[in-house]
Amino acid sequence: MLKEKDKIFKNLYGFQDWKLEGAKKRGIWSNTKDLITMGSEKIVEEIKNSQLRGRGGAGFPAGLKWSFMPKDSGKDHYLVVNADESEPGTCKDREIMRNDPHLLLEGCLVAAFAMHAHTCYIYIRGEYYSESSNLQKAIDEAYANNLIGKNACGTGWDFDIYLHRGAGAYICGEETALLESLEGKKGQPRLKPPFPAGAGLYGCPTTVTNVETIAVSPTILRRGSKWFANLGSTNNTGTKIFSISGHVNNPCNVEEEMGIPLKDLIEKHAGGVIGGWENLLAVIPGGASVPLLPKSICDTVKMDFDSLKEVQSGLGTAAVIVMNKSTDIVEAIARLSHFYKHESCGQCTPCREGTGWMYRMMEKMIHGNVEHQDIDKLLDVTKQIEGHTICALGDAAAWPIQGLFRHFRPEIEKRIQERNRRVA
Amino acid sequence: MHHPGTNNKVYKKINDNFEWSSENFKKISEIIKKYPSNRIQSAVIPLLDLAQRQNNGWLSKNSMEKVAETLSMSYIRVLEVATFYSMFNLEPIGKNFVQICRTTPCWLRGSDTLSKVAQEVCETNIGETSEDKIFTVVEVECLGACCNAPMVQINDDYYEDLDEESFKKILQDLKDNKSINVGSQIGRKSSQPERKFDA
Repeated sequence: MLKEKDKIFKNLYGFQDWKLEGAKKRGIWSNTKDLITMGSEKIVEEIKNSQLRGRGGAGFPAGLKWSFMPKDSGKDHYLVVNADESEPGTCKDREIMRNDPHLLLEGCLVAAFAMHAHTCYIYIRGEYYSESSNLQKAIDEAYANNLIGKNACGTGWDFDIYLHRGAGAYICGEETALLESLEGKKGQPRLKPPFPAGAGLYGCPTTVTNVETIAVSPTILRRGSKWFANLGSTNNTGTKIFSISGHVNNPCNVEEEMGIPLKDLIEKHAGGVIGGWENLLAVIPGGASVPLLPKSICDTVKMDFDSLKEVQSGLGTAAVIVMNKSTDIVEAIARLSHFYKHESCGQCTPCREGTGWMYRMMEKMIHGNVEHQDIDKLLDVTKQIEGHTICALGDAAAWPIQGLFRHFRPEIEKRIQERNRRVA
Repeated sequence: MHHPGTNNKVYKKINDNFEWSSENFKKISEIIKKYPSNRIQSAVIPLLDLAQRQNNGWLSKNSMEKVAETLSMSYIRVLEVATFYSMFNLEPIGKNFVQICRTTPCWLRGSDTLSKVAQEVCETNIGETSEDKIFTVVEVECLGACCNAPMVQINDDYYEDLDEESFKKILQDLKDNKSINVGSQIGRKSSQPERKFDA
């Protein structure tokens, strides 16, 4: 288990003061100027060495992403923080923003300096009203104490942070859709290239990063990349906030070391599966977009990017959705299909038409109201959506269904047979 | 499933004039300062939000035209944004806008029961407004509080860790104009694991 001293999020549950005074007691903003004087190249180098991977779902190496920002483009540079947390199962950024907002703000300053940006927008999902008001208060405090603004922290670097509230669209968590939305348009993803590091917000070099990635970076710089890289395993380093929801006795957010066995995570932190481990049916290990895992895999799998990829799933946002044997697994996935149907932005035909079609098919599957060959037809459609859309929402809609049939196909075949018998 | 925020039609029955309140007018100049001076279109979502708050929780045609005028945008661009985002209601709603999360993590913890309770207590169907205009009840997709499932959002606030009884009480208290406690209804702090199980 992660030792208390290695925890980055010391106020994850809000037992301490979230305001500036409390934050300073936890060491936030203590020697920010020293971190900045390391220079942008050294900062990026340290983040690279720490092997920090993006916490928003894709797991792209953070240091590498930061290094894509041009050094001297002659244009304004932007840091955009993606706080549009809406992946079903995920509620980690929310806790950071309402219980430790200064951790995020300090990270913004350090990261923005490293990528030569004077302006940062935090795009928070519109539904997070009290979170955005906490964050705004923290921003005001930081301005009032000259931690950000002109000559931020006495470093000579001018730095502004603006909070921008969204208005309820999952797709705006996709980086280019987020930029479109921030520009005052519909949140429809852009074709890449050009990548945001070349032409992002207002056509200027931009980096879009998840809240958690930004929030951990000052601690990495303070304690050194070696410390961070020693936690977890190679390529899957550091700590991570896991959101455990569904059929567990104590659903919770918890910061743990990367690579913790899934079983330990559920039993030690979430009070175990309701009805005991033997009552476990399946787990979605990384938010709605990743394929589920049946109990046999859950017994041994480790929670990191590479281990979960090996079992044809993914760490995603590390949102663990636990389902015990009382669950109608087909309906659980059908509900996710409904989610994707609802959230498709409508730009690409395979996704716009496909998510609706897949949802209707999944609804029928719940009652076995299909033919046997429809299973293969559905799987074929998921394959045709996957990889044929501008953004990854199409893939995300296809994967849960593929995962369901990979592990629970007999269950649906049984339902079809039962229904056929009833009708006949 | 009907939802005033996913409706794509402009509501024509009421067509009151819409002018910014003096308070909101001040707020607008603050909001616009956040964006580069030649990019004030970025403020369309915050301004629509302001307009909606001023207009009892929904956007009339006149209010959207006002936003367009304020930001020197064409009306169609504003309408396009208002229809795209689900938080913008394009028809009138009740005093309490009850949004029940129905996505898998909440459903696993019993969101179906909450929907039933809401229909009983509020005396309306999902997607509709009660006759007394006190409640509009809708089912929505994930609201991002999954470790506190099942949960609902009523107007701006989250009510978490609900069950049949506590949700019934919340709605009844709203009906009776009593004050209610925001957040977790089992008294836990944010999404901490309850201590009694923490061996």
